[in-house]
Amino acid sequence: MNRLESFSLSLRAAEDIVRMRQTVREQATRLGFSLVDQTKIVTAASELARNTILYGGGGDVLVEALNERRKGLRLTFIDKGPGIADIALALQDGYTTGGGLGLGLGGAKRLSNEFDIHTRPGEGTRVTITRWG
Amino acid sequence: MEHIPILKMGAFLLASIQVDMHDQLALKLQDDLTERIVRDRARGVLIDISTLDVVDSFIGRMIASIAGMARVLDAETVVVGMRPSVAITLVELGLPLEGVYTALNVEKGMALLRDRVTERS
Repeated sequence: MNRLESFSLSLRAAEDIVRMRQTVREQATRLGFSLVDQTKIVTAASELARNTILYGGGGDVLVEALNERRKGLRLTFIDKGPGIADIALALQDGYTTGGGLGLGLGGAKRLSNEFDIHTRPGEGTRVTITRWG
Repeated sequence: MEHIPILKMGAFLLASIQVDMHDQLALKLQDDLTERIVRDRARGVLIDISTLDVVDSFIGRMIASIAGMARVLDAETVVVGMRPSVAITLVELGLPLEGVYTALNVEKGMALLRDRVTERS
């Protein structure tokens, strides 16, 4: 795997979501993503960052700019929160344990080309999304 | 505290979002708009989102709930200026904003509001 750049951002408070969106937008622009592709990855990132903060008790996002056959952006959201007991249920639209719409996880999956989730109750959650330009 | 200015235009209110919305700002707009609808006896609300390059489920929900609250307060809401890339993303996200009136720009939004308000009264 050819990695052009990688760095981490901290996600603790709601303000961090705005800052992360701007960073993801900059990266997607730099990779030459179309406007629609940029908007999709930034929106997916916004959903997952909010999950990290609201449900995971805060965490980090690893941002990786990739250069394989195509250029891509991979984002990994890591928290050490309570984890998700039932992933299939959590991916269902409309299911939420908070006050949200329950679109975050399923929506982020639809907006990405690749989606991967690892979680264990009591140990936290790691969600990885990749969008290719 | 930072807030989104709300302008009064006759019987209508115009909120033009010019910054990247963080969650607190979105909630503040919801509070401010509902308060102004009552105080100004407004019949309609225009929300201009033409500068927003991202509308996630949180902001989308805020827009839908403003429309719902306004309706209960006897006012109509029209969202104007949504970018095509935002529209595509919102629908794929699973939030097609059903029940929210939209128009391409402020002018068309005003015309739509006038029609809606005349129809209701």
